[in-house]
Amino acid sequence: MSLSVRFTQIVKEFGPVRVLHGVDFALEPGRVVGLLGENGAGKSTLMKILAGYERPTTGQLVVDGVERRFADAREAEALGIALIHQEFNLAEHLTIAQNIFLGHEKTRGLLLDRKAMSQEAAVYLEQVGLDVHPDTRVADLIVAEKQLVEIAKALSRKARLLIMDEPTASLSAGETRKLFALMARLKADGVTIVYISHKLDEMEAHTDEVVVMRDGKFVTRALTRDTDRRQMANLMVGRDVSDMFPPKRYAPADAPALLKVSGLTVPGWIEALDFEVRAGEILGFAGLVGAGRTEAFEAILGLRPRSAGRIEIGGKPVDIRSPRDAMRHGLNYLSEDRKGKGLHVDLGLRENLTMMTLERDARPWLDIKAGRAALTTAITDFGIRLRDPECAARSLSGGNQQKLALAKYLRSDPRVIVLDEPTRGVDVGAKRDIYTLIHRLAGEGRAVVVISSELIELIGLSHRVAVLHGGRLQTVLGPDQLTEDILISHATNTHEPIHAHDAHDTQSARH
Amino acid sequence: MNQSTPTTPTTPNQPGTEAAPARPLLARLKGIGPVVALVLLCIAGGLLNPDFATVDNLMNVLTRTAFIGIIAVGMTFVIVSGGIDLSVGSMAALIAGAMIVAMNALATGASPPGPVTIVLLGVALALAFGAVFGVVHGLLITHGKIEPFIVTLGTLGIFRAVLTWLSDGGALTLDFNLAESYSPVYYQSVLGVPIPVWVFALVAVAGAVILNRTAYGQHVQAIGSNEQVARYAAIRVDRTKVATYLLLGVCVAIATVLYVPRLGSATPTTGILWELEAIAAVVVGGTSLKGGAGRILGTVIGAILLSVIGNILNLTSIISVHLNAAVQGVVIITVAYLQRGRRQ
Repeated sequence: MSLSVRFTQIVKEFGPVRVLHGVDFALEPGRVVGLLGENGAGKSTLMKILAGYERPTTGQLVVDGVERRFADAREAEALGIALIHQEFNLAEHLTIAQNIFLGHEKTRGLLLDRKAMSQEAAVYLEQVGLDVHPDTRVADLIVAEKQLVEIAKALSRKARLLIMDEPTASLSAGETRKLFALMARLKADGVTIVYISHKLDEMEAHTDEVVVMRDGKFVTRALTRDTDRRQMANLMVGRDVSDMFPPKRYAPADAPALLKVSGLTVPGWIEALDFEVRAGEILGFAGLVGAGRTEAFEAILGLRPRSAGRIEIGGKPVDIRSPRDAMRHGLNYLSEDRKGKGLHVDLGLRENLTMMTLERDARPWLDIKAGRAALTTAITDFGIRLRDPECAARSLSGGNQQKLALAKYLRSDPRVIVLDEPTRGVDVGAKRDIYTLIHRLAGEGRAVVVISSELIELIGLSHRVAVLHGGRLQTVLGPDQLTEDILISHATNTHEPIHAHDAHDTQSARH
Repeated sequence: MNQSTPTTPTTPNQPGTEAAPARPLLARLKGIGPVVALVLLCIAGGLLNPDFATVDNLMNVLTRTAFIGIIAVGMTFVIVSGGIDLSVGSMAALIAGAMIVAMNALATGASPPGPVTIVLLGVALALAFGAVFGVVHGLLITHGKIEPFIVTLGTLGIFRAVLTWLSDGGALTLDFNLAESYSPVYYQSVLGVPIPVWVFALVAVAGAVILNRTAYGQHVQAIGSNEQVARYAAIRVDRTKVATYLLLGVCVAIATVLYVPRLGSATPTTGILWELEAIAAVVVGGTSLKGGAGRILGTVIGAILLSVIGNILNLTSIISVHLNAAVQGVVIITVAYLQRGRRQ
């Protein structure tokens, strides 16, 4: 049932750029292999070759002892190799069942056999633990559910080797646990799993061995049980990541609240949310997917309707109806959806960087030269690595795109900056840069809000953490309460109140 | 350029430019396709008929291009922003009709003002109509949340039907004396160049400057590239979109102001298929119908290219002039084919 794979001297070039420099290693059947590497290390390209989306320039791919050169993903799929993309490959307007059988439709005579497809899809949905009717439109699913549909689709194609590229990037803690349980079941069935992630704690807990790639080359492989997180990080980066998080500097006790929100209610999402962020403070926002963190801030920005709530910036009540109003008052929000809401990936770097300040800088004509100079400054200041400053944003790696997005959202010099999942899909090196930057922002006296699904990040970065569950504020945890256990228990609403002051928020939110 | 923005997370690897590869020749030639096609066509035209390569003929072609060209400049903004306007031909007809009716009424009223004043009032009225129609389109699309295709398909019918009703199915003809004082706007030349060509050039230059050198123009491109990203980046998406339709409406009005003195009348067939010619010029010029990026210069060349085809067919006898639209169609498809690789 399992499948063995061997890469021999795989080289891949895109035009003049060589991204894989002779990769050599084998995947043993029936194991969970963690593939580690910074963005740009070549992991995704190698896996695309394995799954038939790309062809190697030279070198051999051997599957079950036979050399293969897949013309397309369908040929790889026929051998049982399936790749679950970072960005899903689902047709949003079609139903789950239609997606699962896309390209492999069941027919009765000339007509589609919808009933059979729906029934069979239900079986796969059950296998992946998704309790949704197969005739639901994919557009109506949340991200975690779409992920499960992707896996169900792979199972329906009788996958024997499953490649998962950053599968937990947008999953909450609970959903992540379910995914790992599913991976364990698949492994027990003999499915080989290649697992790509930047989350080293997950690597540590759920893989049998790790394979490390760096700069388009295979570096080493090691049994997971012999390798700890820090060693993995060092192997990936090729240097010692002594400290991911800079030391915390707490804002002075009398620092003024720069953003104060009271009684925010967003129909369908948020019920009477109160919080404040002081100058120089980093406030984390924890919660499961669907807890309403992103929605709360979108409502503050006027991107969704709010039915109640008072917003004060710098001590003055403000009326914000659009991101533009928010920016005028010194509040910027960088979305978690970098490609959909954060950056114009088809436009150039300069255009992206200056997008929010065009009107301020135009006099009245745009000064392209000044824009270029600003880009040069930003490239240095934010440590953006690139080949060609004239390229489109899409050709940057995830980490560099994120740095560009940060530069863009900071150009208007906001007093309050809200960063939604600031390190999603970002490699370890860039992560550390971003953490340092966030600290600097707070050090400059700005109020910083960080929404994140990575608990370690929230704990390592934040001065305080607000925990949402089901649209209600469960609690705000102070520095002495920031542990994974406490965060998870509040986020899942399973916290047993021990201290009276802990109980206060939980109780008032529930009743 | 506020550089009090935060600085320098310590960077592990040297940031910045890593050996920028030489830009491939093809990439640098990008967008030059229509120019090459135009040059080749002109050479072919000159070889086939010596009359083609004369200043007179050139000016003739450019004058005829002016109407569609001016509309196409406005259309470029709408298409780059991700929209479309199917109504421009009907809108031109209705503006022409309304203009003629109003000017005739002024001329035959009690104590009429001088013909020049009447013409100026007519021009002002035309521009106002164009602006209002554009704003109505924009508001229906943004606040009404209706697809631009549907909105302008609707007004395409409405505008033309109103004109047909105004003209009672026949022609609305400008008062003879007014036509006399208005006709130089189409027929007169300044420094050897006909007025419509001057206006076309002015509109094109203004359009290029606005699209590439103003915040508004960048916002139009940003919205067409990804509306959500633009919204999150504090851009006034709705207002910007309305402004593109307003701009197009004004362009249609300007084209109409130049067109009316040519024949001095408006009929139910005035401006028929102008929308498709304008859209074709934009697309041939290298602007993607999906929006996001476009070039005014490309549009100008596209418009000229399409009318040069007709002109060459008129001057030579190799292909029947009745096949004009067919040749244009082949050119449109060929250009789109050659550009398809760049839209990745």
